[in-house]
Amino acid sequence: MIAPAPAAKAASPERYPHRDLLGIEGLTAEQIAYLLDKSETYVAQNRQVDKRSAILRGRTLVNLFFESSTRTRTSFELAGKRLGADVINMSAEGSSIKKGETLIDTAMTLNAMHPDVLVVRHQESGAVALLSKKVSCAVINAGDGSHEHPTQALLDAVTIRRRKGKIRGLLVAICGDILHSRVARSNIQLLNIMGARVRVIAPPTLIPAGASQMGVEVHHDMRKGLAGCDVVMMLRLQSERMQGSFVPSVSEYFHFYGLDYEKLEYAKPDAMVMHPGPMNRGVEIDTEIADDISRSAIAEQVEMGVAVRMAVLDALSERLPNFVPGNGN
Amino acid sequence: MGINTPAANTPPLAFVNARLLDPATGLDAQGGSLLVIDGRIAAVGGDVRPAKGTEIIDCGGHCLAPGLVDMRAFLGEPGFEEKETLASAGRAAAAGGVTTLVSQPQTDPVMDEPALIGFMLQRARQTCAVNVVPMAAITKGLRGQEMTEMGLLAEAGAVAFTDGVHAVADAQVMRRALSYATAWNLLIVQHAEEPSLTRGSAMNSGEVASRLGLKGAPAMAEVIMVERDVRLAEMTGGRYHAACISTGEAIEAMRRAKARGIRATCGAAAHHFALNENEVGEYRTFAKVTPPLRSEEDRAAVVAGLADGTIDVIVSDHSPQDQESKRLPFPAAEPGIAGLQTLLPLALELVHGRHISLLDLLAKLTVNPARLLGLPAGTLAKGAPADLVLFDLDVPWRISEAGLRSKSKNTPFDGRPVQGRVLRTVVAGDTVFDAAAA
Repeated sequence: MIAPAPAAKAASPERYPHRDLLGIEGLTAEQIAYLLDKSETYVAQNRQVDKRSAILRGRTLVNLFFESSTRTRTSFELAGKRLGADVINMSAEGSSIKKGETLIDTAMTLNAMHPDVLVVRHQESGAVALLSKKVSCAVINAGDGSHEHPTQALLDAVTIRRRKGKIRGLLVAICGDILHSRVARSNIQLLNIMGARVRVIAPPTLIPAGASQMGVEVHHDMRKGLAGCDVVMMLRLQSERMQGSFVPSVSEYFHFYGLDYEKLEYAKPDAMVMHPGPMNRGVEIDTEIADDISRSAIAEQVEMGVAVRMAVLDALSERLPNFVPGNGN
Repeated sequence: MGINTPAANTPPLAFVNARLLDPATGLDAQGGSLLVIDGRIAAVGGDVRPAKGTEIIDCGGHCLAPGLVDMRAFLGEPGFEEKETLASAGRAAAAGGVTTLVSQPQTDPVMDEPALIGFMLQRARQTCAVNVVPMAAITKGLRGQEMTEMGLLAEAGAVAFTDGVHAVADAQVMRRALSYATAWNLLIVQHAEEPSLTRGSAMNSGEVASRLGLKGAPAMAEVIMVERDVRLAEMTGGRYHAACISTGEAIEAMRRAKARGIRATCGAAAHHFALNENEVGEYRTFAKVTPPLRSEEDRAAVVAGLADGTIDVIVSDHSPQDQESKRLPFPAAEPGIAGLQTLLPLALELVHGRHISLLDLLAKLTVNPARLLGLPAGTLAKGAPADLVLFDLDVPWRISEAGLRSKSKNTPFDGRPVQGRVLRTVVAGDTVFDAAAA
């Protein structure tokens, strides 16, 4: 279970009270702002020659990816290494997971090796939270099914805040496969908590049930949905969903829901364009927009990803097993 | 022959001494006039003053109404030109007072790609005497699995979506189609029949089928599908239309759905209120149709459903079949009735039998389908396209197979005495049928 919190120092009040980061749900605006502020310091650190600090010196971070990923796993790996941790990558391929071991057995086995942080991605919603109950270290959700991807929402928030100077009051459109997207769910929660207004734009077959009760305005007409938006977040649409089951074809999807300059005209003139990657050029986003550095923040999102993950690890460090205040950094 | 785009030099046309019937406004006025200029209705009522050079048509006190909009017609082209072409269907439609044909996607190739819709519309403009507006397929190849490009098909001119005489059987596919179509407020039209209950069937299930040794399609197959579909329409907010409803229980299901505010409508084919299963007699394949002719109780329920407004639309369900498709043992024969020219006289039987008022009947043949499909037709309002039918409400005559202008003559109504006959049909101001000249 969670270790008792060390007495907070008066000068730095405790701002992140949880052992784990399982989702945006349950976080307060203050806690999110704390993580975003902390991320900024790491943005600066990552732009120096020496990108390292020692907050996690001697600690072991395990990247446990049941679902393949390059971008997120690499980002966590860099974040862990820059903070001085030993980083181990485990993927479903070539591990006991493939041999039929249950998730809980895997968790118990790993736990016995005394890792300090587990970064977990899993294809089933709720799997990361289940695993976190069986281990005594910190757990970071790197994406569970269609549920949450909290570090993506945090890195998107940092990116928005750096470009727009704020989040509160902005009008943000999230476009694409809302139904299956954990990125959309985490972003909807974070943006609502931070005071932005959120629209979701998708064909009706890609809008989850009860969406209007999730604090979003639902649009099926992309031009109307983009009208007046400050931020346009595009989501990836997986190809198996574009062959008639959810969407009839790639060409119909791009015609009505692909972001091109003509549709982007309906957003504010300075609207920024985001995408969590990997992009399907010509499916959900026109290739020129993706490469337009005046509009697209896609590369910046990747940069913020490392900083945000360092900030999260930093914030969790005070509750890691056997933490001694002032030791190691 | 143009579709609402007549040559600019067409002289104005005035219909005088008409019984004007506009189901869109409830107008029913004896001795009225209607003026047509440039293919559109320019004036209507008593104050019509035709300019010099106007062609005057004395209606002799007969009924002048909006031309019929037939929401379900299989036109054969492309792919089945031996049964029907757009040209032959246009001649039959014109003779039947039908000014807009809503074509079905069950062609070869199936109307499931935007380019095909464009091609079909162009062919229709060149060869068909009346307006043709296409329904496109709900699923690719009518296979019931993958949705078509409904948005692009609608942009190309599809006015609604249906899989023709194939039911969309998979509930998840139907749910997603209804849901997807809401993005453009498109109408999903179902052949309401649970196929697992009707596979291999030749006629209505019951005593007649059993005596004839024919495999029956139970009425419940239709009821189950309508019940399921209205629930899916409720869940998705989609617009649902049952193409040809034929059973009392399904009509009751539709009545309840409408009372709950579900966006569900339905149509009935003329043969389903004009005939019952006994018409099959000694294996008459001209009485084979899908859904099948039903029991007398069901036939009476269709009449009641039309009378109380539960059934919104009357269709011909025109399904031309050549001799080779009908001169077969009953189970092997193709289903279908060529219905374009018998639509109006059969429908008028309901008026003469005092089941429904003339205006209510005309609404189900004109403005109701037009509104469901978003067409400007179906009204005598000023500015509307001059698509008109002039008919004698009362004249008795016998339907004759020889009088059918369709390429296929598969009618079970040969020799049937009826009352009421089309005198003239006008599309965008052009006379496309004149009984006096025929």
